[in-house]
Amino acid sequence: MMSFVFKFPARALVASLVACIFSATIPTTAPAKTLRYASQDDPQTLDPHAANLLPTTRVIAQVYESLVARDQQFKIVPGLALWWSNPDSKTWRFKLRPNVKFHDGSPFTADDVVFSVERALHPQSQLKASLVGVASAKKIDDFTVDLIMRDPNPILINNLFLFRVMSKTWATKNGALTPQNYKASEDTFASRNANGTGPFMVKLRQPDVKTVLVENPNWWNKASAEKGNITQVEMLPIKSNATRVAALLSGEVDFVLDPPQQDVARLKKEANIRVSEGSDARIQYFAFDQFRDELLYSNVKGKNPFKDLRVRQAVAYAIDASAIRQVVMRGMSIPTGSLVPEGTQGYTKDAEKRLPFDREKAKALLTEAGYPMGFSITLDCGINQPAADICQAAASMLSQVGIRTTPNIVPLANYFQKLQRFDTSFYLLSWGTSTFDALDTLQAVLEKNRGEQTTGGDSNYGRYANPKMDDIIAKIKVEMDMKKRDLLIHDALVLNQTDIATLPLHQPVIPWAMRKNVTAVFTPNNVPYFFRFKMN
Amino acid sequence: MLAFIIRRLLQSILVMLAVGFIAFSLFNFTGDPVALMLPPEATQLDREEVRKTLGLDQPFYVQFAVFVQNALQGNFGISLRLGRPVSQLLIERLPATLELATTAAVLGLLIGIPLGIYTALKRESWTSKLLLTGSLIGVSLPNFLIGIFLILIFAVWLGWLPSFGRGDVTQLGLWTTGFLTESGLKALVLPAITLGFYPVTLFMRLVRAQMLEVLRTDYIKFARARGLTNNAVYFGHALKNTLVPVITIAGLQLGGLIAFAIITETVFQWPGMGLLFIQAVQFADIPVMAAYLCLIGFIFVSINLMVDVLYYIVDPRLRTDRAGGH
Repeated sequence: MMSFVFKFPARALVASLVACIFSATIPTTAPAKTLRYASQDDPQTLDPHAANLLPTTRVIAQVYESLVARDQQFKIVPGLALWWSNPDSKTWRFKLRPNVKFHDGSPFTADDVVFSVERALHPQSQLKASLVGVASAKKIDDFTVDLIMRDPNPILINNLFLFRVMSKTWATKNGALTPQNYKASEDTFASRNANGTGPFMVKLRQPDVKTVLVENPNWWNKASAEKGNITQVEMLPIKSNATRVAALLSGEVDFVLDPPQQDVARLKKEANIRVSEGSDARIQYFAFDQFRDELLYSNVKGKNPFKDLRVRQAVAYAIDASAIRQVVMRGMSIPTGSLVPEGTQGYTKDAEKRLPFDREKAKALLTEAGYPMGFSITLDCGINQPAADICQAAASMLSQVGIRTTPNIVPLANYFQKLQRFDTSFYLLSWGTSTFDALDTLQAVLEKNRGEQTTGGDSNYGRYANPKMDDIIAKIKVEMDMKKRDLLIHDALVLNQTDIATLPLHQPVIPWAMRKNVTAVFTPNNVPYFFRFKMN
Repeated sequence: MLAFIIRRLLQSILVMLAVGFIAFSLFNFTGDPVALMLPPEATQLDREEVRKTLGLDQPFYVQFAVFVQNALQGNFGISLRLGRPVSQLLIERLPATLELATTAAVLGLLIGIPLGIYTALKRESWTSKLLLTGSLIGVSLPNFLIGIFLILIFAVWLGWLPSFGRGDVTQLGLWTTGFLTESGLKALVLPAITLGFYPVTLFMRLVRAQMLEVLRTDYIKFARARGLTNNAVYFGHALKNTLVPVITIAGLQLGGLIAFAIITETVFQWPGMGLLFIQAVQFADIPVMAAYLCLIGFIFVSINLMVDVLYYIVDPRLRTDRAGGH
């Protein structure tokens, strides 16, 4: 007969399991000055010309460098180029920094710049925006390069901040001459390996697990006053909000780029945690279908109420931006009437003021416009936070003045598709500029949408069209005198404000959370530059 | 027997085709990956161009046909999110998921079965009542909540175990294992308990119910009448006969654990297939979603097949039925 050994199996097993858990402790020590960084997204690729997306930029910006750089105050300073000039409207000349070496030891020369320009202009490149107006690059000597312009671009230098230089010999040797092609079933060498000139080198890359960067001992800018003391960075993607915060609290990571908004207040109370806040170079705004003669999602038939300025003004009066700031954003936003944030080239205080919150005024304007009983409308927004909560709040505010608003919250991947089909009457969107120039925003959001013929108005999903606005934008595009150009931008931003072409709501504030021993320098593009970080 | 297996294998191909077809018809609703692949500054022309290169401008059945055609040649396409071949990604992620699911299943069996026996034999004891009440919590609490509780207690408050990741892994050919390093084993504890919670309670209740039923049957009474010891009656006769349904459920559970490890993997940032899938869904990464769903379909079908074969071996009645044909 069988006889089993476990007489009290349950107790024995539980006991051994508990013993096993209790015996385990985590060593919290890591090698000196290793920053363990966590954020919810993993970089898609390491290729500097394959994706202009923030998670990718956050790693690429540590490894690759541009001809120009930005200092702690986010001002343009020399990068791989020592100086530049604009001898005529068709040419920009760059004098390159000598004695710079790539991570593999090969020297940086004009050939690498010419090669990188060609690579970034390749049809598969997603970084064409960094070289707007550039036709080609020409080597003058080993340390002089000319960028030949097809169209003049007064803010080329701002754009160039996003254009990163790759080694020609390295790319040639490893068959990475063009950016990643999604159609081919092979990944390119450059999407998993990197060889830049920047302060950090990629030591290990395991997608969705971790990316390890080590300090570049031969970095040309080692002596910079801004330099911190981080020698190694472990970039860890942690998707779940609760887990990311738990890992910071337990000391398994030192820095969290994107703590969930609802946890920020709690984190601030923790003795070992510091939260530093900075404003995101991004504006959240409402926009209206101002094209159709009858709205798709409204009970008003035969006419489009949003074509009437008074109705748009009523919407502006009805939305209480400071209540949204307090309740939805938990204090983490700066209400504004400007479509571009402070710090953007061309920003003006004159466009800053919002119409005050005034329900009676809103009702009066609606009556004046012929809607004494109000009307119903659907407000579309993405499912990402805080957009979804803002929509809910704005909908109830609007309903109180008679604009009966139904929020329609859509998954992100569907949301853009929906907007691109102009399948909306009223929507909430945010726009950030990666070049820190107002023209980006103006031509995408406010210029007349001309369908597929030109590139104007690509994000003008309400199809606002005002010849005066188009005229100003056309002038901004070619004006080479920065003073005159800033005045034109001023006019465009003020026109947006008076015409309520779009209704800006606020600029979000971004919290970065870290252990007390970490000192981080905030940058408005929400990219941490690890070389400026300190740990003690 | 061989004909039976071959027939089932052919059926499994049909199941996978059906899974793939349904999946592709649904991909229309997951949204447009191009919107997430390109920055908001991208122009309409850029988007159209990428959409065209990826074949996303085609109707879903055409996309499906292309997928099947390529899949037959072993090419599952390239992930839109990570830009790497899908087959390579799945092979990389499979070990993490299998190790987690197997550990959870083993936990379920090793803890659940003894607890089930105990609660069946000592029906009236306090411990049994406590365990049964506790098991209700295990059945009803959602996975992610258990995971977050465990993280709070063991990672944040006590600091004993890591809250995320898989620790250091050892490469064994194509396979990566976390079983061989201390950090790997530690990292496994919390996710395995989280994922194993449900099977523990399930097996406990299942074994208990089966055991109670078997203990009432005539042959147990007869065994007692023969004067056999309690141990011999319980473990030699009763337990053996409760195991047949347990095998079925265990098999299906293993499939379920692999497929539904998604939640646990997301909570613990466990780099397995589930995490890959959930990120693919958010990115509308069609090639990854399609390959994953087909793979899960395949795993379910083949586990079912194995269970059927095991049944055949364990339960002699099935064999005589076939031979006798009555």
